[in-house]
Order: sequence, then structure tokens, then C-alpha cells
Amino acid sequence: MSATGLTIAVPRGALLGGTLDLLDTLGIDTAEVRSNDRKLLFEDAGIVTMRPSDVPTYVEHGAADIGITGKDVLLEEPQRDVYELLDLGFGRCEMVVAARSGDDALGESLRRLGRLRVATKYPRIATEHFASTGRQIEIVAVKGSVELAPLTGLVDGIVDLTATGKTLAENGLEVVEEIVTCTARLIANPVAHKLKAAEIDALIGQLRGTRP
Amino acid sequence: MIHPIPAGTRDVLPDEMRELRAISERLRAAFEEAGYGEVWTPMLEYEDVLRAGDDNAADAAYRMFDDQGQVLALRSDMTIPIARVVATRLTDADDPIRLSYSAHSYRTVGRRTGQQREFLQSGIELIGMPGEDGEAEVVTLALSALESAGLARHRIGLGDGSLYRRLLDGLEVPDDRHKELLGCLTRRDMVGLELRVDELGLSRDARDLLVGLPEMRGGPEVLDRYDGPAGDALARLRSLYGVLDARGVADRVILDLGLVRDLGYYTGAIFELYDPAVGFALGGGGRYDDLIGRFGAPRPACGIALDVQRVHIAQAAEERQR
Repeated sequence: MSATGLTIAVPRGALLGGTLDLLDTLGIDTAEVRSNDRKLLFEDAGIVTMRPSDVPTYVEHGAADIGITGKDVLLEEPQRDVYELLDLGFGRCEMVVAARSGDDALGESLRRLGRLRVATKYPRIATEHFASTGRQIEIVAVKGSVELAPLTGLVDGIVDLTATGKTLAENGLEVVEEIVTCTARLIANPVAHKLKAAEIDALIGQLRGTRP
Repeated sequence: MIHPIPAGTRDVLPDEMRELRAISERLRAAFEEAGYGEVWTPMLEYEDVLRAGDDNAADAAYRMFDDQGQVLALRSDMTIPIARVVATRLTDADDPIRLSYSAHSYRTVGRRTGQQREFLQSGIELIGMPGEDGEAEVVTLALSALESAGLARHRIGLGDGSLYRRLLDGLEVPDDRHKELLGCLTRRDMVGLELRVDELGLSRDARDLLVGLPEMRGGPEVLDRYDGPAGDALARLRSLYGVLDARGVADRVILDLGLVRDLGYYTGAIFELYDPAVGFALGGGGRYDDLIGRFGAPRPACGIALDVQRVHIAQAAEERQR
């Protein structure tokens, strides 16, 4: 059993660095996780690593007691039965609608064709955003490099997460609308929240103390 | 060739069936021994009947028409059908009435979430015994039934289904904000709850109580930490805990002031059962003093239901531990 008495689901990718820094402040030894990017399960530290979008799945089923993932992931899968306990503040990104710079592809399509074609890895967030602003869209689901889709004429615009806007700009895209700001969140399994209350509360207490 | 069955349903083959049977038989025997007679009710009910019991028909998900054009629904729990039975078939029976069941119910589930659309529940309803005595009997029996099914590490969470709502009233939170705050609590969105409570401009104490209540879970000390309105609900929980302590099951009890159940018919104490081997609650229940009255013959009642398949997972994990 790890020092915290908890199994923690840690996201690989953009949130990994911030997450490990945070775990360091809690006295969890993350050296092995930092040095080995192929290994997935670190029993001594009580850490399991995975894609951010898998974190709610492992936590909901109790395979991990708590986890760290982006608000974007939680918004995309709102049916997951997990506690969202803390806004950890780091990993700040903006969920945006972006389109080709210079021309008004979105407005043009909406006016003349009556609907928008939007590429995204976040179909639920995109659908809800456009529905709540009274526009009909056609979702084109893509797995990687969403920025490519409007450049090739596949779609009119995209809904994606951006931290600095750099990738968008390099591909000749610009932010047209901001949907929601996303940061890293601490989530917990509902049963662990009851059965391991002391361990989870101790961790939250420490995190609240270090939160900016 | 593939002949699929609906997602969230299963065929059970003999090896598993023997084990499932053994578990539901042990649960049933424990209930029977405590005087809870088993009942069957139809899997299909008129939708109007379910709606009489709960405004959302207890989230029944599957409906069809009969040959008269009436809307039928697959039941989503056993409590509403049993309330109907008590109010219509057992009007002359003396209090208390003790009933048990082992039956399938149906709910909608998210795609590829690994959850069951058709699930086997084993449970009890204790009708006509108000207050802590009724709740303590149901809780104690559920705990001992799980023990006889082979579980050793299970716990029960105790809360009050109306506490947060009464807190909002007592702290004079405007009525039009209640729904979103209760929504955050039900979705377990503590970040959203804190944000919205902070918008209300309440006193420091009131704000801390609304934000901190979901964290108040554990031993009897959580009752002492609570300082706010709805003192009578707390007094009832304290007294229920006292009865359970006297019955020797206090070490299995988690007092949980932030506990919520998603069904609307609960009027007081609510329960949820856990086992460390299962990431989901094994089952739950509570007191529903107004439900049977909705079918015309009011009686106080409480009950609890166990998901037999999850109990099976916990029991198998327990066997591996030994």
C-alpha cells in the first residue's frame, strides 16, 4: 500500500508535469514515474498512469480511488458517477470554436447552407454549445490534429482545447468563440469517498493548503 | 454468426447461476427468518401507477402499449409496486407488515459503461413501523443478510434525504437557486457547488456549512461537527445511531450528512451499502412515509434493496482474500 493509502489515477500528456509536481508537494515519490514513460502501474507510489480521458472510467469503477483529469474530459462525459472534489488550478486551457483566419466560413455556411460543419474530439461539448446558441451543426468526429480539418475544407470550424493559441495560429486558424475555461480537477470514486474518507480528506486538506 | 442481446443484459450459465442462486437464497433465507414474507409483482406496471409513486416514474426507461392502447412500463424498482400492493391488497393487515423480494428491475444505462440495464435486486420493505425502530430493523437485517451471503467488510452509509433541502430553506437561500445547488450535490460536483454557494453572499458560517456538508461523513463525531438548522433531522440520526450501537453494528455504520439518493419518494433517513471490493454502491434505501399514501392508504414505511450481482462480486473478492 502506498503512503497515502490511495490508488491515484494520473493523466499522461499535458497534465502530467503539473500533476507530478503536485504529488511531490504531498510527499509522494514520483521519481520513478518521471523516469519511466513506458511503465503504467507504480505500486509503491500508489500511482497508475493513463490517458486523461480514461481517468474518469478507472475512478468510476473503483480501479483507482482518486484521479486527476481535465475539466474538458469531465464535461465530455458528464454521466460518469464520480465526485469532482477540487479545482487544482493548473493545466489552464480554453475550449474554443476556431475557424480559418480572414474569411467568415462559419457565418457564411450558417447563412447560406443553414448549418455548420464542425470537427471535434468533443462532440458533446460542441453539440451543447451550438444548440444553446441556437445554431444547428453537423459533427465530424476526428481523432487527431483537428486543425487540419478546416484547412482542407472538410469542415467550417473546429471545437478544440487550446492553451496558448500557438498551434491554431501556425495553421492559419483563429479563435472565434470561447466556450469554457478548463483546469485540472481532482475526482474521487463515490465508494472510496465514504470508505477511505480519512485518507481522502487528509489529501484534500494538504491540497487546499498548497493551492494558489 | 452473431445474435446480439441488448447492451446491459446477460445470459447466465450454470456455473455462475449456482453461485448467484446460492447468494440470493442466503439473502432470502435471512429475510424469511426475520419474518419477511416474499412477494412477486408483475414486471410490467401501468405507467400511471409508477407515476403515482414518483413524478419521474422512478426513472423507468422502457415503455410499450398494450392491446387497449394503455402505456405499460418495465418497473425500475420494487418499492413502488410493493407500495401499490400494500395499499390495495393488504388494507386489512395489521402493522407492521414485513415483505421481501428477489426480482429483476430495469433502468437505462449509458452506452459502454459496463452497467446493467436488467439487474436482480433482493430487498425488504418494513411497513407500519415509524421512526428509528423501523430503520434500525431494516439496517441491521441488511447488514446481517450480507454477512450470511459471505461478505465481511461491508459498511452502511446513513444520511437524511431531506437534510440539504432543509438546510437551504433554513439558511434562507432564495428558492430559485435550490434546484441548481441540489443538482450539483446529486451530480457530486463539489467544485460547481462551491462556486454557486459563493455567489449567494451568505455569512461565513452558512457558506461553510453548505460547502462542507458533503465532507461530513464518518463516525458519530460528524454529528457534533454539524451546527445548523434542521436540528430535528440530526437528532433523529443520532438516535438511530444509538439504537444501532446498542444492537452492536455501530462499527459498520458511516454517518454521512451529504448522502443523497436520486429517487424522490424518500422522506427521512436514507441508506447506502458499500464494500471495498466494489466501486459502486451494493444497494440502498430509506424511509418513504408518504409513498403508500399516494396509493390511498397511508402507512409509514422504509426499506432497502441489494444488487445481487454486485453482492456476488464482493463475495467472490472476499473468498479470494481468505
